[in-house]
Order: sequence, then C-alpha cells, then structure tokens
Amino acid sequence: MKFGVIIFPGSNCDEDMIYVLESKMQQKVERLWHKERDLKNCDFIILPGGFSYGDYLRSGAIARFSPIMEKVMEHAAKGGFVFGVCNGFQILCEAGLLPGALLHNSNQKFICKNVYLRAQTNQSLLTANIDLNKPLKIPIAHGEGRFYAGENLLKELNSNNQILFRYCGEDGKISEEANPNGSLENIAGICNSGKNIFGMMPHPERAADAELGNTDGRILFESIVGLVNA
Amino acid sequence: MFLPWEPARLHREIHLEKTKWLVKGVVRGIGNYGNAFGIPVLGGEVFFDECYNTNPLVNAMSVGIVKQGENISAIACGDGNPVFIVGSSTGKDGIHGAAFASKDLTKSSGDDLPAVQVGDPFMEKLLLEASLEVGKSGALIGMQDMGAAGITCSTSEMSAKGNSGMDVWLDKVPTRQEGMKDWEILLSESQERMLVVVKKGREEEIKRIFEKWDLNCVQIGIVTTPEEGKEGMLRYFYQGELAGEIPAKSLVLGGGAPVYTREFKEPAAFKESKKFSIESVDEPQDLKSVAKYLLGRPNIASKKWVIEQYDSMVGTVNMTTNRPSDAGIVNIKGTDKAIAVTVDCNSRYVNADPEAGCAIAVAEAARNIVCSGGEPSAITNCLNFGNPYNPEVYWQFVGAIKGMSKACLKFKTPVTGGNVSFYNQSNVSGSDVPVFPTPTIGMIGIIEDKNRIMTMDFKQKGDLIFLVGPVKNDINSSEYLASFHKIRVSPAPLFNLEEEFTIQQTIKALIKKQLINAAHDCSDGGLFVTLAEMAIPSSLGFDITSPKGLSKERIISNESFGKEGQVRMDAFLFGESQSRIVVAVSPEKEEEFLEFISPLTDAPVSFLGHVTKGEFRIDSESFGFVEEMENIFDNALENYLK
Repeated sequence: MKFGVIIFPGSNCDEDMIYVLESKMQQKVERLWHKERDLKNCDFIILPGGFSYGDYLRSGAIARFSPIMEKVMEHAAKGGFVFGVCNGFQILCEAGLLPGALLHNSNQKFICKNVYLRAQTNQSLLTANIDLNKPLKIPIAHGEGRFYAGENLLKELNSNNQILFRYCGEDGKISEEANPNGSLENIAGICNSGKNIFGMMPHPERAADAELGNTDGRILFESIVGLVNA
Repeated sequence: MFLPWEPARLHREIHLEKTKWLVKGVVRGIGNYGNAFGIPVLGGEVFFDECYNTNPLVNAMSVGIVKQGENISAIACGDGNPVFIVGSSTGKDGIHGAAFASKDLTKSSGDDLPAVQVGDPFMEKLLLEASLEVGKSGALIGMQDMGAAGITCSTSEMSAKGNSGMDVWLDKVPTRQEGMKDWEILLSESQERMLVVVKKGREEEIKRIFEKWDLNCVQIGIVTTPEEGKEGMLRYFYQGELAGEIPAKSLVLGGGAPVYTREFKEPAAFKESKKFSIESVDEPQDLKSVAKYLLGRPNIASKKWVIEQYDSMVGTVNMTTNRPSDAGIVNIKGTDKAIAVTVDCNSRYVNADPEAGCAIAVAEAARNIVCSGGEPSAITNCLNFGNPYNPEVYWQFVGAIKGMSKACLKFKTPVTGGNVSFYNQSNVSGSDVPVFPTPTIGMIGIIEDKNRIMTMDFKQKGDLIFLVGPVKNDINSSEYLASFHKIRVSPAPLFNLEEEFTIQQTIKALIKKQLINAAHDCSDGGLFVTLAEMAIPSSLGFDITSPKGLSKERIISNESFGKEGQVRMDAFLFGESQSRIVVAVSPEKEEEFLEFISPLTDAPVSFLGHVTKGEFRIDSESFGFVEEMENIFDNALENYLK
C-alpha cells in the first residue's frame, strides 16, 4: 500500500503523519503538493491537520478548491481510501466527501489536550482491529471540532455503522463530561456510507511514538496496514 | 507572561474586569498565531501582580534546531549581489512600533493604533516553509527578518556585518496601499517579511521557491562594496531620487549606535526592606486553610486554562505531554538526545533585590533543566524594566545584570542574545509606577540520553520522599507572605549560589545513577505546593514529618533541619528559600540512595516521608485528599476568569 499525504499551504501536521507512517509503520509515503493534479499512484490519501489557507473564512472552506482535490474526489468516487485528520476532516466535510459539519467548540476556545475515544464499529478499515471496549488516549487540538448533523443524517450514520469514534472518559464511559467540544452524541470520527472515506478530529499520529509516552493511536495505523492480522 | 492581577484597591472592580479581558485576549492572541504556525508550546509561566495593571508584559522564547553547516547568516556581502524583499507586502502598520513600545503608556496610547503591527500567522507559516527551502538551496548569501524599524534595520545590520553598503530602491517594495511615502516604507514594521541577499546569477531559483508558496519575492536593491578605506553606505532611492544616505555601521551596535551610561541610585526602600523579620509575622493557627488558599492563588494554581488553548503537541516532539518534568522537553528524532527548555523569573524577588533576584531567576532555570535530567547549556533573556532615566530603575537594571552575570558564570551558561524593553510603567494617580524589574530568563539544556529523562510526578505508593537542600527559617518575598499576609516589602528569599550549584550537582548524580524516580524543585508556594504538584498528576498522596517532629536519627546528613524549633512550620511549608529539590526513591533503591548521600557533607539531604494512596498528611494531621486539592489547583484560574 502506498500512502499519499497532501500538503496544503498552512498544513502543519503533514510531517508528523509522514514520520509515523515512514519511521514507525515502515510505509512508503508520497508528499502531494496541493497545486498538483496527480496522486502519484497512491492507494491511501491522507489530508493532515493544520490551518489550510489559514482557515480563513471557515476551516477547510478554501482548501477544498485546491487543484489536487479534484483528483481526491475522483479517487474517492472510485472507492479509493481517503482519511482526514482534524483540518483534513474539516476539508472532507466542506468538500462533501463526508456528511455533517464541524462547528466552533462549544466553549468557543481552541482546545489541545489528551482525550479518550472508543471505536464504535469494527466494520471499517480504520477501526477493524480496535477493541470496542478499550478507551484510547488520543489528543485533540482544534477550535472547530464540534460535530453536527441533522436529525435524519444522525439516524442514518448510526444505523449504517458510520460512526467510528465517540469521546469517552478514562473509564470508557461515553458521557457529557467526557465530551470536550460539544459534538453531537460525542462523535469524534465518522466515515461515508461506502466506508472508504474516514474523518476524525483527534490526532492518532500524535499518539504513535513510544518516545512520547503514548502509543494508543498506533492501532489505527496497524488496522490500516493490516499488521495485526499479518 | 506577566499580567496584572491584584488591582490597586481604589480601582478594584475596574481593574479586575480589565485584567480578565487582558488575560483572555493575550492567551487568544498567542494561540491564534502560534497554533496556526505549527510550533508546539512546551511551557511557560504566568505571574500576576498589581504593578502590571496597565502594563502587562508578554515575553516569548522560540527554540529551533539547526543542522551544523546549515545555518543562515544575517549578512550582506559580495558586490552586485541582488537584495530581495520576500513575504508580505509592506503596509502602514507598525510605523514607529518599536518607538511606541519604548514610550510611557498613557491614557492616549490607545490612539496610537497604527504603531501596532497586524500579524498574519498564515503568511508567517508560508514564509517559514519557503525560508527553510531557500536555506537549503545554497543560493543564499544571507537572510534577516524585519523587526523593529523594518527595512532600515535589516539593511543596515546585514550590510554592517558584511562591511558592505547597499543601494535600495524603495518604490520596488510591494506595498499594501498606494501612496506610501519613502520614510513610511523604510520604517514600516509590517510582519512576515524577510530581507534576502542572493548569489548573483541564482535569482531564478529563489524566485521559483517563493512562487511555489505564493509569496512576494521582489528585488529591491544590490549590495555595494565601499572603496578602500571608506565605509559601506546605505543609499535609499525613491522614484529615481536619492531619498536617504547613511553609513551602515552608524546605525548598529558596536558601530555608530550610541552607548549610554545612566545615573543610578539605590532606593531608600531597599535598605528599609532588609529590616524585615519573620518574627514580625504571626504564624497562622490553621495552616491547612493556608495550604488550600495558596493552591488556589492565580500565581500558584495550575495554568491548565492557558496551556490547553495552545497546541502543545504539534510536531510530535513534546516529550512532557504524558510525562511531566520541571522543564519542557523536545525530542530530537532519530538521536539519543533531547533538549530541555524553561522560562523563569520571579519578579517579586528581583524587585526585592535585583542582584540576588536575577541570580535566582538563572538558578531556578538551571534547576528546572537539571531536575528534568538535562545539563544547562545557554540562556537568552528578555529584560523588562521601567524608565531608565529614573536612577532607581537604572539601579535595578545594573543589579539584575550583575546577578545574571554571576549566575551564568557559575552554571557555565553563555548569554547568546536577548532583548531589552524599557519604559514599562503605569501612571497611577499622577505618578509613574514602574513594573517589577522583570528579567525573564529562557534557558535550554541538553539531555544526552533520552532514557534518563527525569519526571516530576510521584510514581507509586510506598516510595520514599527526600528533600535535597537546606531547610531555612525564611518566608521572604514568598507568595505566602505577599498574598496571605499582604506584606509586599521584604528581602529576596535566602539564596547562596555555591550552595545552589552543589545541590544541582547532587541531583545530576542521582539521576545519572538512576537512584530517584521523581524530582521537582521548590519554587512559588514552597514545599507544600511542590509536594502537591508531585502528587496530583498520578492522584497519589504523601505523609511527611516536619522538622519539629523529627528525631535525630532520621536526619540523614548534617544539620539540614537545624535545631529543634528553629524553623517555623509556615516557613517549612510555604517559605521560598532557594536551592531545594524534592525527590522520590523507590524502596528497592533506598539502600543505594542512602549509601550515595551519606558521605555528602555539603549537600544536606533530609528524609521527609512516604508517598501514599491519596491523602496529604503532615505530622500525622490530614490536610485533605488529592481529589479536593486537584480540584482547587486545576480550576482556580478558570474560576477567577469567569
């Protein structure tokens, strides 16, 4: 599997993602510049975190017009894998590749801290190997991460197993106190109905290096590259 | 960050509201810029005092890693080499910005809006990426950012360094608005701009890089070489006419820039403060309430409310997110090493005694580096003082520099650079009141082996707690004295540089020999706060004994606890006498630890007690449980700001 990490102007988690994929997961990674119109035969496209175009206007609202996004749309339409983290998730929602929207955090502040998540389904590539009862410690760092969806959409996401992660406490309990940003139903990550496009606000790439004292995010990458079953 | 907190009594309501507004604004400002820029915030400090009521200080330190041989010099040389301006366009913002920062703030200062620069973190991020790429191209002669006095400063400093001159065509500078005058272009302090000198013939390479990042890259001049025996001249042209001409060196430090020697005078209050005696302060009956009161003071309480608004983890290098240490620690990926970083200054100490206080600031910085497992390497500083024409303010400045110099020689930490900000004062009821002299020290240290990083949190119930360093009957300039007893005039806490150095050497050895599993220094709030900060991260407790309750055989080395009754309980728990570090030792290492410390004659080590499940106990009395303490400590600042 070849990974492609898109670099938008203002991306700032691109190198963190590449570091984990290359050095920790021994994967081949291409850097894809936003002005290009070529995915360089990558199988798995990642939109990293950051402040693409300064997040002016609205997070992700400008980045979705970048030339490379045409190719990402085509790739996704053909069933190719696309994964957006934080700002990448926001861009995917703005581009209509994922449903719902990400609003300002309910406290109207940027929040950066470790939080806990629980995977909600094993029926996606991203969560295939994750123990659904195990709270994973993975940090968030965003100002606009409050997931919102209309009532019908929310029902649909639930019934189609499209909700990948919910915020929970250290004990695994999914509660209002454990919801850092006011997301509907504690939703931290979702996928599309085709289960080839994923988005999440927390940063698994920040929790995948033993030197930093937390490797809870590694399981996501292991799921992706199928290491656990290999 | 130094912000007003305790308001002058008369203006209490107004100032408190204003302070809340300032704190929220400053934190949001740092966050909005820093978060987008993608540099993790590793640490810092926040200090509140009424002296900052109308003149808050915000100091920032940025630390980077340069590969040997890849450093870029801020130099201009080589006759005919082209000079480019890159990054943002030049606007009318920030004209006379540095001059504004050096003026006394008055009621009408708010009208000086154009003197404040307008930042754009997105531009800065692009400029950062492009600059790094340009640096690797090999096409550069030199590069410098546009700081105070804009183009004037960067052209003169770069030229002076290269013994060159420069011809600059101001009308080529991309501007944000039409009709900017020549002097406005010269003095604008618009942010996110660099001056770049390129090797002749390689202009296109550079232009391509900036075009990739959609940034301006416009040639605005050339480097000139002076004739033999003559000085390099800066010549600024505007619409074909020579608009200004000055020798480059005349504007720079060590060249023609004036060096001032000001009159200084010891303030009468300094002698007066020395008369303070602990005996004049009644020891409170209920030390438990004092302990809780201190944990909830804005100067002591957790700064979580601030820190969580900053991205502390971007870059995946912050090693203290999950393992807290006294210093911030940066991973250098792919090596065994890490960098320890700290920023320190207790300006109350410096105000009490500039020389001792500033030496303490350096010592505390070094102590934080050492407690995290590092070796102090170098410092930088930001010296914030009042009006230098005031002889008493200048006396503070002189004293602070002396103290810094002494301490830096002792710790072998060169001062690699710095920044001076004068005129920090507020007009209160018609008279100028300077801020506390605030020489903020930023120190970095090297951790040679990442596996030997020392953390500050208690690890497990049953571990032994020791105090390395002397116990003194001292409450001078403590948060306890200033806030609980409202006594603002007293000397700096007791401090001896040699003693400090010895204590730090002992800690280094203990870490190297892997005899301790936690280390945390005693600073603001004293020993009680130190123990609480070690207990809270892992929800543990402690059971310790004070000097009064100590039997002789439990005193391990020399007279650290003094004679019975010599140290008051409030001084023991809340005093801020320097050079004390609390360490934790696992029972398995106890014997080895004792063997190591018993021959030490110059570093007093005392046994305090044990780590427990969750109760804070001192002399068999319960001070409360960790949950309650955590609640006070973690939420106090947010509650104040509501």
